[in-house]
Amino acid sequence: MSEIVFEGVTRRFPLPRGGEFLAIDRIDLRIEEREFVAIVGPSGCGKTTLMRMAAGLDFPTDGRVLVGGKEVTGPGPERAVVFQQFALLPWKTVRENIGFGLMCKRTPKAEADAAIARYVELMGLSGHEDSFPHQLSGGMQQRVAIARAYVMQPAALLMDEPFGALDAQTRIVMQEELVRLARRNPRTVIFITHAVDEAIYLADRVVVMGRNPGRIIETIDIRPLREDGGWEAMPIEEVMDTPAFTHMRSRIWKLLKAREQERPAAPAPIPATVPAK
Amino acid sequence: MAKRRDRNFLGPAGTSLGLGEFWALTAAGFVLFFAVWGGVAASGWLPPNLLPSPLAVWDTLVRLWNQPFAGHVYAEHLSASIQRFLMGWAIAVGIGVPLGLLMGWYRLLDEIVTPLFDAMRFVAPLAWVPLAALWFGTGIGGPLLIIFVGSFAPCVISAYRGARLVETRLVEAAQTLGASSRQVMLHVLIPGALPSIIAGLRVSAGLGWQSLVGSELIVVGAGLGYLMVQGQGNLNTTVVIAGMVGIGVVGFAIDVLLRAVEAAFKRKWGQA
Ligand SMILES: Nc1ncnc2c1ncn2[C@@H]1O[C@H](COP(=O)(O)OP(=O)(O)OP(=O)(O)O)[C@@H](O)[C@H]1O
Ligand SMILES: [Mg+2]
Repeated sequence: MSEIVFEGVTRRFPLPRGGEFLAIDRIDLRIEEREFVAIVGPSGCGKTTLMRMAAGLDFPTDGRVLVGGKEVTGPGPERAVVFQQFALLPWKTVRENIGFGLMCKRTPKAEADAAIARYVELMGLSGHEDSFPHQLSGGMQQRVAIARAYVMQPAALLMDEPFGALDAQTRIVMQEELVRLARRNPRTVIFITHAVDEAIYLADRVVVMGRNPGRIIETIDIRPLREDGGWEAMPIEEVMDTPAFTHMRSRIWKLLKAREQERPAAPAPIPATVPAK
Repeated sequence: MAKRRDRNFLGPAGTSLGLGEFWALTAAGFVLFFAVWGGVAASGWLPPNLLPSPLAVWDTLVRLWNQPFAGHVYAEHLSASIQRFLMGWAIAVGIGVPLGLLMGWYRLLDEIVTPLFDAMRFVAPLAWVPLAALWFGTGIGGPLLIIFVGSFAPCVISAYRGARLVETRLVEAAQTLGASSRQVMLHVLIPGALPSIIAGLRVSAGLGWQSLVGSELIVVGAGLGYLMVQGQGNLNTTVVIAGMVGIGVVGFAIDVLLRAVEAAFKRKWGQA
């Protein structure tokens, strides 16, 4: 049981000069078990904050976050996280980083080694097993971070712009790979991205967020499109050329754009109580 | 020429120098020092029993090396001091580093220990000599206590700072992968704090070694400080200076050694 439920979740951050910043405003969202949900939205709309609350790294000011029916009280390996900034351990090799969660679980060595080898291969990291993170490119570091999460076989996978640092070709390979993994062995996924294409291609549902304050603008079901269009059997670039796909893409773009025009140039957070400067 | 001078003035000491240049300048400093010392001693401004010449000190060193003074030859005094230092320092590191790491990790401990610690810090190692003498008499405990108080603070502070500097996201990443508190300590905090700890060990070893002479004022038996006190008692200035030379050389060697360790760690993990 690993459905993720946000119930009236609000998150305020205290501002350094007093007052509070409303980062997330009363979000209700239910992600079913084995559902793949992508979240898109402008920078600063609270995507990372939302994901951190599911991971148990941050907590709502109001409302509740439930995973598998239980309120989240802290992080755990059944909810693996791929961080926006990798967060690899600099003093561990690629192999040790990927195997870290398995080591914490005390997985028998032979079994762990086999699993690590499989993901090293899958992520195209062969030959770099004994490198340290600072010896890798950004894209390679990101693949280590992804492998480290996948290898745990978690019930829920929380990914914060996991493909952001990848070049276009690697990105496509990773997207197709993720689709394969997700279909073969479905799990609950929250996938944050700035790329609308990616969200539509990967997700069962796309959640569009807006900012100031952070909230959900619309939730769009993609699954019918994919199933009717037979996307699974098609290569990614063909999927992205289908009318259904391009239509969906412009619909989401319009949503994002409309919001930004409605509140033009509102980059600065608006404190609840503004202290005199 | 002007360009080189600029480099040396602007860069952090030593960074822009090649190894050859480094050693040449180091040697130049020593040569200058000995020249001035020898010159002043030879000029006769000060009587030789107050300021002996460098050569006289060298002769004394050779003599002390071969003949016992204050009961032991020089090497025995040296090794007695080094052993005492290593024991006291090991205790300081063994208690100080874990305490500092725990303070960095557990807020509560931090708040209990830090004020106490800040107050104690102002009691200089030498100010512990009378208490150490009362507690331990002439036993090994006295010098150990003084070396300990001399080197303890930098161990705690560097471990604490190091643990604090470890990025939160690394701790969080470990936790989301199922790491227990012990595993976070072992695999994230300690390695993350290690560069800071090693820098702190260097400082603490220096301070501990400096506290040594003070500690040996209350020891009867052997040690560089003991040798110097005995030399002073006999009005033998060359012996006193010979003791100081030993302290300087060993202190310098400890520093060079720990610098090498520090550099090796930096090489391994990059400048992350
Ligand atoms: N710990 C914090 N303290 C104060 N404010 C915070 C904190 N974390 C996030 N915020 C604020 O909350 C808002 C949402 O941040 P969040 O990181 O969730 O955005 P995001 O949607 O992930 O943005 P991006 O796409 O740039 O990653 C931002 O305005 C940010 O400044
Ligand atoms: Mg973010």
